[in-house]
Amino acid sequence: MTTIQPQPARIGYVPGERVLEADTLDVAYGQVQVVFGVSLHVDKGELVGLVGGNGSGKSTILRVLSGMLKARGGTATYRGQSLNAVPPHRITDMGVAHVPMGRQLFGQMTVEENLIMGAYLPRTKKNRAENLQKVYDFFPRLTEKRRSAAAALSGGEQQMVAIGRALMSEPEVLLMDEPSLGLAPLVVSEVMRVIGSLRELGLTVLLVEQNVRQVLKVTDRTYVLELGSLVKEGPSKELMGDPEIIKAYLGV
Amino acid sequence: MDQVAVTAFFQTLVQGLLTGGLYALIGTGLSLIFGVMRVINFAHGDFLAIGMFITLLLFKTFNIDPYLSLLVAAPLGFGLGYFIQRFVLSRLGDRLSEGSMLATLGLGLIISNSLLLGFGAQPQSINVPYAINTFKFAGVQVSVSLLIAGLGTVLAISALNLVLYRTELGRAIRATAQNPLGAELQGVKTSNIQAIVFGVGVSFAAIAGVLLMPLLYTFPTVGENYVTKAFIVTVLGGLGNLPGAIAGGLVLGVIESLGAFYVSNNYRDAYGLIAFLLVLLLRPEGLFGKTVKRV
Repeated sequence: MTTIQPQPARIGYVPGERVLEADTLDVAYGQVQVVFGVSLHVDKGELVGLVGGNGSGKSTILRVLSGMLKARGGTATYRGQSLNAVPPHRITDMGVAHVPMGRQLFGQMTVEENLIMGAYLPRTKKNRAENLQKVYDFFPRLTEKRRSAAAALSGGEQQMVAIGRALMSEPEVLLMDEPSLGLAPLVVSEVMRVIGSLRELGLTVLLVEQNVRQVLKVTDRTYVLELGSLVKEGPSKELMGDPEIIKAYLGV
Repeated sequence: MDQVAVTAFFQTLVQGLLTGGLYALIGTGLSLIFGVMRVINFAHGDFLAIGMFITLLLFKTFNIDPYLSLLVAAPLGFGLGYFIQRFVLSRLGDRLSEGSMLATLGLGLIISNSLLLGFGAQPQSINVPYAINTFKFAGVQVSVSLLIAGLGTVLAISALNLVLYRTELGRAIRATAQNPLGAELQGVKTSNIQAIVFGVGVSFAAIAGVLLMPLLYTFPTVGENYVTKAFIVTVLGGLGNLPGAIAGGLVLGVIESLGAFYVSNNYRDAYGLIAFLLVLLLRPEGLFGKTVKRV
């Protein structure tokens, strides 16, 4: 197994330049509140993790940021603009792309058609061919599979398509919801390596994962959620040495 | 088989195919709507009735040729469908729900009763001189209006196919059908796509109504018979499966036509229902199963 080294300080990292911010978010499904006053932020060029167990509310927060869910209280902002009442397709147009849980590909379309759908927005049409080539360069394996139906791909390949499709919308921020879900351990390492290398494309990433160990290895900073509340946050390197984190998430 | 019997068979077959084309047109609209929205449009037959009555009205008041009224009925159907999805059905929440089913049933009642109020219950028809002409080819006689109907169907379905598989809008429609959430996250305004799709479906029903008007009598509840046929067509082909709906329409037309000629004309509508039951019993996923691609 390949080990993933903690990443050095990032090239495009601009500390303090807030790109994405959540301020005391409260989120509920009907009567059941699942997120309690969570505040977090992602700066330009950062790769930030948001981890926690099942039902900790991490995906819920991501869904608020991409407009799929409305928060009950608090605000979500992208570069100072409120995201609270903005529909998902508008948020994508603003530059925040969401790689959703379960990938949500267009199963009967080819890989290439899936990627082209990622460049649906008018502002992205101009560079479509160029971006398509970039995605193929980034994921060489997809080049061979460009004519295959997305549903016929392996889980890992599908995740590549989902990431590639999001890149086609020329985003500034990538929201990733459990990209390792349902993948074999070896494939998980590969997907994580890919996510780590997204920094070379100058992207800002918020990564939601259950796989705490993998996240701490690739991210700059990490937030830890438990039952809808933040319990810890800090540089990932420090959290890796935190006794509580080791005990609760990394095993001994 | 002697010559007369052979000619009679082909005569029946061609009639069946042309009528089946119209069923395919009606079924395609229904199937498209289901494929994208997972809504079964129970008002589909009533939208067809609207197409018929628009033709009737324009003919009676302005003496406009029935086929010219396509220019009115098709866009009007689209606008009506767009409006209904955007401002009525979309408010009922997504997924296949009792709400949307009841809403389309209710809309159907409103439409048929409005037609009753405006036009009365008596069957009405229009007479255009060329409609009774026949076209003869290799011994097979076909009425001009049925031929035009067949041609109109081919045009409408080809246009839909072209849009679905050759345009950006079509790709967005297919994406929305396959994964609405995935499409929305790519920047597709799926609420708008759904309204467009409902518009196209209703427009197809209205076009079918216009094409049927020179062939048949119309009355306010004329749609009931056709909504049943549309269901048969879509179930034959598999709900949401467009090529299936086309094939299902043709199969239904031919079954009806052959049954009417060789068994008894009185049970014309029953043959399709029998085929429908057989398919439900033996191949509930539709004649073409999952081998044919969906929208």
